[in-house]
Amino acid sequence: MSTVPTPAPTPVRTPRIRRPGRMAAEAGALLLAAAVAFPLYWMVLSAFKPAGEIQSTEPVPWTLHPSLDAFRRVFQQQDFGRYFLNSLFVAGVVVIVSALIAFLAATAVTRFRFRFRTTLMIMFLVAQMVPVEALTIPLFFLMRDVGDAVPGIGLNTLGSLILPHLAFSLPFAIWMLRGFVRAVPEALEEAAYLDGASRARFLWQILFPLVFPGLVATSVFSFISTWNDFLFAKSFIISATENSTLPMALLVFFKPDENDWGGIMAASTVMTIPVLVFFVLVQRRLVSGLGGAVKD
Amino acid sequence: MTLTVKEARPGSGRTPLTGGRRLRPPSRHGSRWTPWLYLAPALVVLGGLLVYPIYQLGLISFLEYTQAQVSGGEPTTFKGLANYAELLGDGQFWQVLLATVVFAAACVLCTLVAGCSTAVLLTRIRAVPRLALMLAALGAWATPAITGSTVWVFLFDPDFGPVNRVLGLGDFSWTYGRYSAFALVLLEVVWCSFPFVMVTVYAGIRAIPGEVLEAAAMDGASQWRIWRSVMAPMLRPILVVVTIQSVIWDFKVFTQIYVMTNGGGIAGQNLVLNVYAYQKAFASSQYSLGSAIGIVMLLILLAVTLVYLRLLRRQGEEL
Repeated sequence: MSTVPTPAPTPVRTPRIRRPGRMAAEAGALLLAAAVAFPLYWMVLSAFKPAGEIQSTEPVPWTLHPSLDAFRRVFQQQDFGRYFLNSLFVAGVVVIVSALIAFLAATAVTRFRFRFRTTLMIMFLVAQMVPVEALTIPLFFLMRDVGDAVPGIGLNTLGSLILPHLAFSLPFAIWMLRGFVRAVPEALEEAAYLDGASRARFLWQILFPLVFPGLVATSVFSFISTWNDFLFAKSFIISATENSTLPMALLVFFKPDENDWGGIMAASTVMTIPVLVFFVLVQRRLVSGLGGAVKD
Repeated sequence: MTLTVKEARPGSGRTPLTGGRRLRPPSRHGSRWTPWLYLAPALVVLGGLLVYPIYQLGLISFLEYTQAQVSGGEPTTFKGLANYAELLGDGQFWQVLLATVVFAAACVLCTLVAGCSTAVLLTRIRAVPRLALMLAALGAWATPAITGSTVWVFLFDPDFGPVNRVLGLGDFSWTYGRYSAFALVLLEVVWCSFPFVMVTVYAGIRAIPGEVLEAAAMDGASQWRIWRSVMAPMLRPILVVVTIQSVIWDFKVFTQIYVMTNGGGIAGQNLVLNVYAYQKAFASSQYSLGSAIGIVMLLILLAVTLVYLRLLRRQGEEL
């Protein structure tokens, strides 16, 4: 940026100083934004390109003949709609259940003093470090045994995807929610009790609505990690393909001889859009949420 | 935990409304157990699906555990540290470990530099370009790792990708060479992880009183100087958090390597520990070796966590 010493700043009304390098900085920012967005643009563009243009050795960043062929190939794939719903279901259950559990746990560690509280906090922190993929091995055996005992949540079922993701998204969710729970003034809690509210009533009718924005911000992370997963889907759903999730529908287009790039890009677009929508919706809360969670 | 001593004397006039001490709600029966009641669901889930699998991972790493034991054809036998000995005696393991550390370090460094400089940039521009950069970054952040990986591979495709055309590289294959493949994965990782740093650091900068920065600017400090001498010290807690978080994420990179280099590259040249463990276990059915690698990873990350905790402690942070 501009290292030129600012010549006698003239901040008459504007709260910020006018800096000579601002135009350059703004141009740089716009260029950067374009560069960062380019992969996404190329993905959507390629999804709409007709087959001939995709396979062209002179790719151009536009298309004059948009076609839905690639999307048709994706949607007409056997069971695609089912995969989509499965993904949505798994992510939805994980988001809601982990938000509720994390809310209770975060309340416990911020609103109460009790023995082992610090130990517990350290454990929640350490739990975030666990390399999920390394646990595929024992989880595989665990799910197999669980399936033998309780049919319906073992291998080859959606339960085998929901349970591990629930466990992996909890520690970060608890860690992040602390800040939101702590931000609710203690005086409010006391006032509620003075007015005769029961503990449960305070928890669900006062604290929960106040912490809700934080829950939304937190749920982004649970949603993403669950929605993105392809390892568990690949490892735990072995024979029951009707219980597969979206990433499997994407990997179908990778072929040993020649990848179907149109199909891959269309499937990627379909997979990315729900997350993007979710992100844009909670964008504001995310920014303030991260600030809060990290600062205190 | 000495706090309970004072709280045991409730009749001391008016109740403190604020302050560091937690208020104890009017005690009904079982109030001592209330926090544990709230914690119970989390502890059950984590105990069953995190702690128990980790215990099993450790157990398997001490056993002879291959396809024969999985199918029940042979009984499992205790091998002690033999799996670890085999691992540590394997040249490939050390090579992969080194690659993992260097790759993660490079990713963390690039992510932090990109994230911090864009965060500073955000504070210097008006709303419209800021929104554009913010939205682009959120888009990159939101992109699932698997689709991000496929898109980047396609962008750098030797036959149909635009990057080679623009750079005039002909049909240079990025995934063929070891270093170019790692470089490609690094680009994707930085692309999808710098937004977290950017957003977090930006939120932190905005919390710095504007006068401080203005005073520095009026004194003629350059942007770099302002960053180094004013912002960075004030942002230290946040920088520690994003650094540690990046170390953890980048050390565990799996999807990008797995998808972009097709499971670890030609002859495993692009393997990192996480993918290596998975391949050992599921591709060659050496479950005990795969588990041992997992345990090694856990230990390394645990060491990182301890450093993190020390840093937090030194800042006088309360957990």
